[in-house]
Amino acid sequence: MCGICGVLNTDLSPADAGMLGKMVAAIRHRGPDDCGVYTEGNVGLGHARLSIIDVAGGHQPMRSSDGDLAITFNGEIFNYIELREELEKRGHRFATSSDTEVILHQYEEDGEQCVRRFNGQWAFAIWDRRMRRLFLSRDRMGIRPLYYTQTRRGFLFASEMKALLAQPSVRAEFDLRALDQVFTFWTTIAPRTAFKGIWQLPPGCSAVVDERGVRVERYWSLSFPEEKHRTVEEERELACELRELLLDATRIRLRADVPVGCYLSGGIDSTVTTALAAHVAGDRLRSFSIAFADAEYDERRFQQEASEFLKTDHSSFCCSAADIAEIFPEVVRHAEQPVLRTAPAPMLLLSRLVRESGFKVVLTGEGADEVLGGYDIFKEAKIRRFWARDVSSRWRPLLLKRLYPYMDGLQRQSPAYLRHFFRVSEGDLGSPFFSHLPRWELTARLKLLLSEDVRNELRDYDAFEEMKAALPSEYWTWHPFHQAEYLEATGLLPGYILSSQGDRMAMAHGVEGRFPFLDHRVVDFAAKLPPNLKMKGLREKYLLKRACAEDVPASILKRTKQPYRAPDGKCFFGADAPEYVEQCLSHRAVRDGGVFDANAVGVLKAKFQSGRQVSTRDNMALVGVLSTQLLLNQFAGRQLDSCTQWGSELRFATSS
Amino acid sequence: MHTVGIGTEIRDFVVTNFLFGKGDDLSDEESLLDNGVIDSTGVLELVSYLQERFEMRVEDDEIVPANLDSIRNLVEFVGRKIGR
Repeated sequence: MCGICGVLNTDLSPADAGMLGKMVAAIRHRGPDDCGVYTEGNVGLGHARLSIIDVAGGHQPMRSSDGDLAITFNGEIFNYIELREELEKRGHRFATSSDTEVILHQYEEDGEQCVRRFNGQWAFAIWDRRMRRLFLSRDRMGIRPLYYTQTRRGFLFASEMKALLAQPSVRAEFDLRALDQVFTFWTTIAPRTAFKGIWQLPPGCSAVVDERGVRVERYWSLSFPEEKHRTVEEERELACELRELLLDATRIRLRADVPVGCYLSGGIDSTVTTALAAHVAGDRLRSFSIAFADAEYDERRFQQEASEFLKTDHSSFCCSAADIAEIFPEVVRHAEQPVLRTAPAPMLLLSRLVRESGFKVVLTGEGADEVLGGYDIFKEAKIRRFWARDVSSRWRPLLLKRLYPYMDGLQRQSPAYLRHFFRVSEGDLGSPFFSHLPRWELTARLKLLLSEDVRNELRDYDAFEEMKAALPSEYWTWHPFHQAEYLEATGLLPGYILSSQGDRMAMAHGVEGRFPFLDHRVVDFAAKLPPNLKMKGLREKYLLKRACAEDVPASILKRTKQPYRAPDGKCFFGADAPEYVEQCLSHRAVRDGGVFDANAVGVLKAKFQSGRQVSTRDNMALVGVLSTQLLLNQFAGRQLDSCTQWGSELRFATSS
Repeated sequence: MHTVGIGTEIRDFVVTNFLFGKGDDLSDEESLLDNGVIDSTGVLELVSYLQERFEMRVEDDEIVPANLDSIRNLVEFVGRKIGR
């Protein structure tokens, strides 16, 4: 796992190796073990390496033996061993034992279609000298990041935007539409990013870049074939099949020349991945978790239970509100987009613990909720839809109490209010976003905080329309449950969970996450399941629980899902609040930033300072404003000077 | 306390607490739920505010939109409770 970057100067000016070095330096945290730059005329590739497979031989950028191809690659191709065997049979000769070289040979064999053969998590760029073009690709689910921009001189790409900003010609200018999207969906809609003119290659896409421009092509998309009714017998078989698939997905994700650890959150997903890893590895595993000083968020009891059951050597980091406040500016610097939750912060602290414990690879349970029907939002949509069929029913709304058992505020609501909150109108039922409307509409209220100028600028913009336009045509034919899964798996998952809370927080300390539930075979298998095998009645992840009942302790199998959350807005107030909070949220700072209404932010701040009860929306508002203000300070309008940690160890290579 | 006074106070609370002070467009009749002014925890904030500020007890069966879902409903509800 690494950081990559590169340039293709379409004005044919020579690539500047020194400037590439600066780009590499900006993302050096992603690959502290090694780094290198390759230039050939108007093309340059840069690489910061975290050495995991073929530690000695896998230096990058790597060239093919004939010198026609050069690659810079971030990620893993987990089935590289099988692919290599096939390629060798076809006469390919390998100089290293790395997966990087397998990509080069597979590209020689299949051209742009090579990515369809890969099982993994990747972002890479191949310079094809014969074709005079760059080929870029990003994995199916968006696990590894890839950004690009175009300047007058040419095309630039990198794992993180801060590497692009190391080029003097690239400036970070806030994209207000992106802000509107984050303050509605919690993330931008790919290819949009927080900054104007900087794009992300969407998950499941490749791109070809040459002097004619950038052409993006989708090679994979999440799709839900028509569901079939399943018999009880078939259900048993499907459960076995799912477990076998997960076992194999885990097995190939343990391929590494360094030890692999596991995150153990105390929920079923990470317990399953850890259990399967222990099964495959056959020896004692090392596990890691986040604990919270605040009991409301803490899952230590279940983490310990899982660790004892699976006999892992466990370490945890106990996170306090003060820790979150202290580390938050770092969180935003790495996330490179506003966030509405502080939940990434503990993940940043956890990756530090992992790194300090000598590990650079961890397996996690990420993705199970999206692909196997775990989220409460799916449950909520199901209840609302069920109730909408008989709006006069008095007892149907009571099902709503079964939602969100961990949300005390909601549990204390009267039935009359619950009915009102989750009410369904005719119009809502026909909306493609039925499942997500309550969440998105609640979030969109945060836009009240925007300054008048920004609101004027956004007057004619409708984020929902942009989201609608991005939907595939077959979306409208899918079961509502699958529509909801699609929105989660293609929206929040890559846009926040795998990025702001995932890749960026882990890679800040050079730690690579691997996700068995996001193996595309598992994803495709799950997409074919009928919704009632994912959520049976209101039992979430039904088939997964059935498939892995023997692998996890009964208490964890039976416990109600607790989403991962961390203390939010209150972290930033009180006697020990860090100074930057006031520097970012003062009337003057907010006014000068121009994004938010300084008076409105003042009112919000006063509410937190008063110690009065605050709502979910207040928390999102506070964290959203603070992270945006931090982002403005750290990035906007600036060109980054991040030439730290970059010195004599950088290897230069040029074509000869 | 006059009903007018109560009305102003309640409006101030709603606008400050739920609309970040930006409540010029909010009419007395508007539904606080339908317009997304309050979310689920908002109702509890509202109830604890009423109990503390007006020294009244709000029973569970009184936590219904008919009592709490607009500034006008709130003013009337408080008026009934504290005998004005």
